[in-house]
Order: sequence, then structure tokens, then C-alpha cells
Amino acid sequence: MIIKNLLKQYSGKTVVDGVSFEIPKGKVVSLIGPNGAGKSTVMSMISRLTSPDGGIVEFDGKDITKWNSKDLSKKLAILTQTNNIQMKLTVRELVAFGRFPHSGSKITSEDEKIIDDAINYMELKEFEHRFIDELSGGQRQRALIAMVIAQNTDYILLDEPTNNLDIYHATNMMKIVRRLCDELGKTVILVLHEINYAAFYSDYICAFKDGKVSKFGTVEEVITKENLSHIYNVDFEILNVEGRPLSIYY
Amino acid sequence: MLAALSVFVGVIDVTPKKLLSGNIHQLEIFVISRLPRLLAIICTGMGMSVAGLIMQQLCSNKFISPTTGATISSAQFGILIALVFMPTSTLWSRAIFSFAAAIIGTWIFVWFIQKVQFKDVVMVPLVGIMFGNVIGGITSFIAFKYEMTQALSSWLVGHFSLVLKGRYEIVYLTVPLIILAFLFANHFNIVGMGKNFSKNLGVPYNVVLFAGLTISAMITASIVVVVGSISYIGLIVPNIVTIFKGDKIRGTLADTALFGAIFVLLCDIIGRIVIAPYELPIELVIGVLGSLIFIALLFYCLKNGRKSITLSEILNLSLFKNTKGENAA
Repeated sequence: MIIKNLLKQYSGKTVVDGVSFEIPKGKVVSLIGPNGAGKSTVMSMISRLTSPDGGIVEFDGKDITKWNSKDLSKKLAILTQTNNIQMKLTVRELVAFGRFPHSGSKITSEDEKIIDDAINYMELKEFEHRFIDELSGGQRQRALIAMVIAQNTDYILLDEPTNNLDIYHATNMMKIVRRLCDELGKTVILVLHEINYAAFYSDYICAFKDGKVSKFGTVEEVITKENLSHIYNVDFEILNVEGRPLSIYY
Repeated sequence: MLAALSVFVGVIDVTPKKLLSGNIHQLEIFVISRLPRLLAIICTGMGMSVAGLIMQQLCSNKFISPTTGATISSAQFGILIALVFMPTSTLWSRAIFSFAAAIIGTWIFVWFIQKVQFKDVVMVPLVGIMFGNVIGGITSFIAFKYEMTQALSSWLVGHFSLVLKGRYEIVYLTVPLIILAFLFANHFNIVGMGKNFSKNLGVPYNVVLFAGLTISAMITASIVVVVGSISYIGLIVPNIVTIFKGDKIRGTLADTALFGAIFVLLCDIIGRIVIAPYELPIELVIGVLGSLIFIALLFYCLKNGRKSITLSEILNLSLFKNTKGENAA
């Protein structure tokens, strides 16, 4: 996936300005930056939820806006942060919707197996027949991830997956992200607020500031005292924990 | 399910028998009036509840129905236009006008609630009721001007007493429309979960949204043309079924249709028994029963706390009832 010169304006104000970078396949890439830096907007453009005002997102060698929406939904899945589903669906019914791009309304026995695997993978077997509106925030988030797994796409895009989760569930979520990449070979792109989660669980980091890419590279290249202080306008200290840069800010 | 089915079958069995023995022993009555009436009742019950179910799912708001979404009043407006400008119009041409008006009215309403994102779920049906009353007002005005009030009143209060062979066949349109709704049930579910959610799964949001609304508007219109306005079913039946069966349309559509048919059948029988040999219009019976059930439903939700229901919703309810009372009067 290659992103070239993306531009997005809302009522005359430029929120994303000439963003270019390339997303390496089979890696975890985190987009970080302060509020309003444009990371979520970039995310929704590379997932075709909004169309850019300029520039191009090249996916598998083809402009993403030129893709057939149905074909694309077999290759790329996006989970936005505003998934306040109020529907009374069971976990299994929700996960089954992940198969919709592949099989439509006819769920085959092969689909059933994929759904089973996704539910087991997210350890949701015991909640399978519970309604999602009866679950806790962490369980619901896992159910949505299970749906994305059932969708079986090469690319998984998650917009702030740790939002509204406590430390335990947020950390588990990040471990799942890592497993999606390491065990299932997915390319995972995340928008994250917690820099340390980004530093510990991703391979590459793209840091945004004022609608532009401030720094893109491996974790070690991006998470430095100078870079972070520049991006967030806050003093940073970088420690080294388990070979990963841990940032402290105050 | 099976028990429900047997009740349903039992009702069919009992009603014609009673009528056949009570009246002159003529099969003709049965074929010309009883059977059409029964079929019309079943189609109405199924159609209105399925139309309500689709609208609620698509807009992901449990308080939307053909009544609260201005569909019924638009359909009536369409009939009036046909009556005024084409006095010689047949049932079919009236139906076409009514279809068009119902579809346009529902589209405008949904387009409006999508543009103006309401924070409170109750605002949406309130706006719908207001919008419906505005259309109703225009309808009454035109009816007065052209001295059509008499003719129109037969479509304002729903009743089955005019359902005779040759005058009701349009309600059959609900059957293929319900089948169509069943085929696209999963699409409606996905669209109900939001724009981003449907885009992710490769479902064209706007196309499905407006196609679904068109289906439910057509179901509603084909019922309004034959029977008249029947409120509440589209609101109550899907909500009750959802409490027990969840929101997966594929799984609930059949139950909703069946339950709707049973509900209307029961109301029709009550309406005919209470002041026999005359009968109460079905709209009246359903209005009374429906509001009672709706209040019970609200209390159920309050107790179970699934949705936080506030005082404003109960206020909305009483307002809603008043509107109905006026219509029935």
C-alpha cells in the first residue's frame, strides 16, 4: 500500500496536507500524533471511508477509490472507533457478518468453520450466543475483532482499538494485534494515542503533526527524545525496557 | 413457534365457521367477503409489522414505524391527490399515486433525520409525527376544499368492512415485497449498523437504505389503499419480537410477520364481537390495545434497563396517543 500526497480539507481548512508513506506488508504500523494531527483522517482515507481531496492511495497497484467496494472488502477491513452498535445481535451473528463480502447471505459450512475459528481465536466461545449489548466494552471490542478476523483480509485497519479499555484489556488488545501479524501474517495499521503501546507492539511508526508526516520509520528511528518533544511539544525521557524505547512524559 | 402457529390456524378455523352458521348457509359469502377479509387481515398484519421492522432496522431507531415515519400520512395524501385530480381513477391508479407519495414522503423524512443528527432517539419519531401531521393537515385542507372529506375518511380510519372480492387484491403485493425484504435481510442489518460498518463489508449504504425504505413504503401504501390507516402494529410487533428474538432480521422476519398477522386477527375478532352485529373499525381496537401494550413495553424496558428510557419518552407516548385519538375520532 503506497500513500502519495494525500490532501483533505474540511470547509477550507486543510487537515491533511501532502501525506506520503508506504506501508510495508505483513507488519504492524502505528499512526501516532497529537489530537487533530490528521491521523484518523488519513486512516479513513486509506480505508476508502472518506475520499481524499488530492493525492492517491495505491492498494495492490490500483487507486483505492477505483476498487470495487465488494472486492476491496475481501482484502481490507476497517474498524472505526465509533462502533456503538445498539443492535441485539449475538456474538456469533456479528462475527458471521464478517463472511458477508465472501458469501453474501449464504453461509456455507466452510464459512461456519471460519466463524468458529475466529470466535475461538478471540476466546469468545462462552459468549457465542450472548447478545453483544449485554457484553462489557472489552468483550464487545473482541467480538468486533473476531468479525474482522472472519472477514479474513490481508489488511486490518483499527482506529484507536484501545480507546475506552482499561489497562488489562488494552494490553490484551495490543497482544492480539501482534498475534494477528505474527501468526496470521496480516498487515495491521493502527491509530494509537498511547505512545508506549505503539513502541512496544508495532514494527513501524508514522508520526503526524499538523496534518503532515513528521517522521516515518522503525520504532527506534521514530521514538527518540527529539522527535517526540517536537511532535507533542512536551518534554520526553526515553528509557530502554526489554530492548524497546519506553517514553516518559510529564 | 408451533404453538403460535396452532393458535393462528385455530383462529382461521373458528371465524368462518361461526359466520357460516350464523348467517345464511352460503358459501358465496365466504368466498366474496369472509375469505378476502381474512387474507387482507393476514397481509395487513404481516405487511405493517415487516414494514416497521425494516424501517426500525435501517434507521437503527426502535421508535420509527410507518406511523411515526410519515409513511401512512404520505400514502393518504397520494390517494387524495388521485381522488381530486383523477375522479374516475381506478383502485390501481390510486395505488400508484399512493405508492409514489409514500415513497417520497419516507425518503424526505429519512433524508432529513440523516442531515440533522439528533442526539436523542426520541426526537426522531417526534419529528416524524410532526411531519406526518403536517402532511395530514395539508391532506385535510385539500379534502375540505374539494369536498372530499367524506370519501377520504374511509382511508383515514383503517377498517376491514369494505374488503370484498375485487376490491382488495392490491394487498397481495405485500407478499412478494416481504419475500424481497427477506432476501435482503442481511443487507438491512448491515446498513443498520452504520455507514462505516457497511462500507467495510462492501455494502452500498445509500442504495440499500433507500431501497429498503422503498420496500416498506410500498408495503404500507398497498395496505393503506385497501384498508386505510393502521397504526401501532409497525411499532409494537417488531419491538416485542426483538425483545425475545434479537435483531437479526433473517431470524426475526418470519416471527414478526406471523405475530403481526395474529395480532391483527385478534383485534379484528374483538372489534366484531364487542358490538356485534356491528363492528368497530380495526384502527380503534388496535389503537386501544396497541397503546396499552406499548406502555407495558415501556415498563418492561424500564425494568430491564436495556435502554435508558426517560420521562420525555413517556411524555412522547401520551402525545402519540392523543394524536391517535384524534385520528380515530
